[in-house]
Amino acid sequence: MGENGIGARMTRREDQRFLRGKGTYVDDINRPGQNYAVFVRSPHAHATFNAIDTAAASAAPGVVAIFVGEDMVNDGVGPLICGWAISSKDGSPMNMPPHMPLSVGKVTYVGDAVAVVIAKSLQQAKDAAEQVTVDWGELPAVVGVANAEGGAQLHENAPNNVCFDWYLEDNKEAVDAAFAGAAHVTSMEVVNNRLVPNPMEPRCALAEHNSVGDNTTFYTTSQNPHVARLILSAFSGIAPEHKLRVVAPDVGGGFGSKIYVYPEDATVVWAVRKIGGAIKWTSDRSEAFLTDAHGRDHETKAELALDKDGKFIAMRVSTLANLGGYMSLFSSAVPTYMYATLLAGQYTTPLIYAEVKTVFTNTTPVDAYRGAGRPEATFIVERLVEMAARELSIDPAELRKRNLIQPDQFPYQTPVVHNYDIGDYEASLDKAKAIADSAGFAARREQSKANGKLRGLGYCNYIEACGIAPSAAVGALGGGVGLWEAAQVRFNPTGNVTVFTGTHAHGQGHETAFAQVVSDQLGVPTENIEIVHGDTDKGPFGMGTYGSRSIAVGGSAIVKAGEKIIAKGIKIAAHMLEASEDDIEFADGNFTVAGTDKAMNITEIAFAAYVPHNYPEGVEPGLDETAFYDPLNFSFPSGTHICEVEVDPDTGTVEIVNYVAVDDFGTLINPLIVEGQVHGGIVQGVGQALTENTAYDDNGQLITGSFMDYCMPRADDVPSFTVETTETPSPLNPLGVKGCGEAGAIAAPAAVMNALTDALGTENIDMPATPQKVWRAAQAAG
Amino acid sequence: MYDFTYQRAASADDAAAKIGGADDGAYIAGGQTLLPTMKLRLANPSDLIDLAGAGLSGITASGGGVSIGAMTCHADVANSAEVRSALPGLAALAGGIGDPQVRNRGTIGGSIANNDPAADYPAAIVGLGATVKTNTREIAGGDFFTGLFETALAEGELVTAVSFPAATKSGYAKFANPASRFALVGVFVAETGGGVRVAVTGAGASVFRVAAMEAALSANWSAAALDGIAVSADGLNTDIHAAADYRAHLVTVMAKRAVEACG
Repeated sequence: MGENGIGARMTRREDQRFLRGKGTYVDDINRPGQNYAVFVRSPHAHATFNAIDTAAASAAPGVVAIFVGEDMVNDGVGPLICGWAISSKDGSPMNMPPHMPLSVGKVTYVGDAVAVVIAKSLQQAKDAAEQVTVDWGELPAVVGVANAEGGAQLHENAPNNVCFDWYLEDNKEAVDAAFAGAAHVTSMEVVNNRLVPNPMEPRCALAEHNSVGDNTTFYTTSQNPHVARLILSAFSGIAPEHKLRVVAPDVGGGFGSKIYVYPEDATVVWAVRKIGGAIKWTSDRSEAFLTDAHGRDHETKAELALDKDGKFIAMRVSTLANLGGYMSLFSSAVPTYMYATLLAGQYTTPLIYAEVKTVFTNTTPVDAYRGAGRPEATFIVERLVEMAARELSIDPAELRKRNLIQPDQFPYQTPVVHNYDIGDYEASLDKAKAIADSAGFAARREQSKANGKLRGLGYCNYIEACGIAPSAAVGALGGGVGLWEAAQVRFNPTGNVTVFTGTHAHGQGHETAFAQVVSDQLGVPTENIEIVHGDTDKGPFGMGTYGSRSIAVGGSAIVKAGEKIIAKGIKIAAHMLEASEDDIEFADGNFTVAGTDKAMNITEIAFAAYVPHNYPEGVEPGLDETAFYDPLNFSFPSGTHICEVEVDPDTGTVEIVNYVAVDDFGTLINPLIVEGQVHGGIVQGVGQALTENTAYDDNGQLITGSFMDYCMPRADDVPSFTVETTETPSPLNPLGVKGCGEAGAIAAPAAVMNALTDALGTENIDMPATPQKVWRAAQAAG
Repeated sequence: MYDFTYQRAASADDAAAKIGGADDGAYIAGGQTLLPTMKLRLANPSDLIDLAGAGLSGITASGGGVSIGAMTCHADVANSAEVRSALPGLAALAGGIGDPQVRNRGTIGGSIANNDPAADYPAAIVGLGATVKTNTREIAGGDFFTGLFETALAEGELVTAVSFPAATKSGYAKFANPASRFALVGVFVAETGGGVRVAVTGAGASVFRVAAMEAALSANWSAAALDGIAVSADGLNTDIHAAADYRAHLVTVMAKRAVEACG
């Protein structure tokens, strides 16, 4: 390993440009003569419309074109799709309503786009958009999952607003029988609150068309530019793949919300191919609140059955999940296979019944948001376990220990699809307990009491399925794509390296971590390695970044490409060093004849490969290898988070006084980046637990449509975290990695709410536990 | 943002003349409310009369109190040695408004002329019995704030300064809206030559005084003196962050903390 190989705490190279204002985001890109798009959006949550009057707007200064939904339909543009097919219990397919980029005849949420105005300046486009009039026929709005089935119908093909009524397995009878024989049953009703993703950079779409070659370039804030191109080409039918280049340059955060192809993307690309030139649309923050796919929004009844020894014998979960006004790209998968399959948690619970009904409401579409299904599952499991412990007066850590899967039980087949590869859950729990000084908690609680405060401690033992995902498994569960990853490792003739990855970085630090992987494997210093991503014209097709998959799948693809480089290098070195290939050893960047001091550095081999004057017969020139890597399984990061809170009962203010995370991410490529990912995830989890409230009124208007009302967690809302790790490297990928991007957001909500309910002595309090809610709970608890 | 005509005033009189000549003009001080509103196309003034060059900023000590020019930004009030010495509660209040960017742009005149029900300054103006000076007259602090976003200012009338009297005690405690960090409830307590005052912002449509608390503190200046004294929830604000009864409860809690903040 070199100085900056695997395990080094290397500072993020990309931060140099991000922190100096030298990044290039989509909105920083301007094309000659570009026009500006502004979307006309529905002010109503649910309405029909017939005519859209664009006459006055068309005559407004600077207007280039105005399009409505029929224009796209008439051009044969297809609807936006959901890429994961789920069937109901009775075998019927999910009811996927059509979702045109510009809606035709009906809107189903505030912000639903019905027309686009394209003008020479943004100001002119905005002015003209205000002159577009729509004859709305307002309909009653459906808000809240519980109201969906009896509410006004949103889509013709979704009776009672139900998209599907699914279960993971038809095993309710067996699970019910186990419950009937249980010594104790803990049950609770849990709301998993809707979240607005709020990446720092709003979405942006800039498309440019060159009619001479029929080539379109689309600059977009995407987490997966190749997938975006595939969808725009294969499903929307807007441009053939080979004529469409999609570029996702620096992107300022995504958290899942930039996985999807949005109406604005499809519209801008389609429009530029009609009128030529270039068109830019940049979301403002208000539009982001209304139209970026939201996350979570479940209502669940959950029950845990225990025997007389406190062993979990069965779990029963029934969830209503909100899809919003339309389906989104992965919105069917998130509350099903990303969710119910995690309900075993870290435990040996043998029987689990999970059913999920998804419904349409007149709200912003819901899709994956950091964790995507797994935070919802973890929240249920860990709140149930904590409550069971309190009801049975068993120490919550002790109850967990009685039920943890033990290290010698791996690989462990859960009753809910997943086969866990490896882990040592008790090691994380014990380490976290020691760091958090849980033994000293009782004394700290007394001290708080003396100061008029309420103190509580909460655990969360989480597990997640990351490194998504083995393509065959995904396909078997209804997924419409393969979830492999690709990489290309190109030695340049002078010996430095350009690495193309199909993943995409929007804050994760891939340019640093991936360079460390390559440096470690090929013995090239990181400063001689460039990581390239985000351009369909550069490097192989890739599936992108989400689900904590980049290092586990994308990193493994890089290693596989590197192995091909080494294999070819051995052939070249053997020829040049006049030795047998079997005698060539590769280490630290040098090809050495075993047992001798005869060696060539990989940079010399690269030069020889490009200037092959003295070269082995039958070997191609060049040193440039591509690999596609399909993972053998998901990876299963796990850990224990312990949160300690202090509540001011006079005001309801919750202070997180201590937060300890002990995570098992397998091998750590860069502990510094890992810690940063965990910090960010925890803060988002704390936001869900305590601050982030997405509120609609009865008419479907988003009340929390700005940062004045939607409370993002701030630095002073959280303490300085203690982030530690344990390490059981995954045996199923060449790096032994598991993924770390979502862990904090998955673990923190349950840890915080377990601590808070412990402090208050209440059974449950819904997230976000705002000061008012906490104050009321404290009053009720006396 | 819609187009507007930008004008820069050289003095208060010049500003008044310029706004008099505009179709639908607006003064711009720090712009912390007006500019976001204009960016959202929710305000459309024909003219913006910029007061930055009107000579209205600065802090002067006078008679144990302080006079603060209308264009003085919150950070300058918070950091002023004169204010910190004479009226520590006022300095603390100014230092808790918004964030550093807001405190370095937002002004006392702009804030009180806007009279946002959740703004901090109205509590200090009323709590200290300050005098608001305009280009035409002086208005007692207690008469200045007349309702939700309403003040005693006439059309085109311009706040030029606020004069705060000396105080033997001054303290402010705010329970911030977790999202906006505006005052969900803010209470200013003070003892001046004019007596004891307790002024509440954030809880109602506009700042108000609590007579029962003033009487209790006049008799016994201590947080404990406020035990059991509650304001009625009737007419207080209710929104997604706090219902009226929670706000009413917080008034007492914050009043006690404001007394404690006086040391």
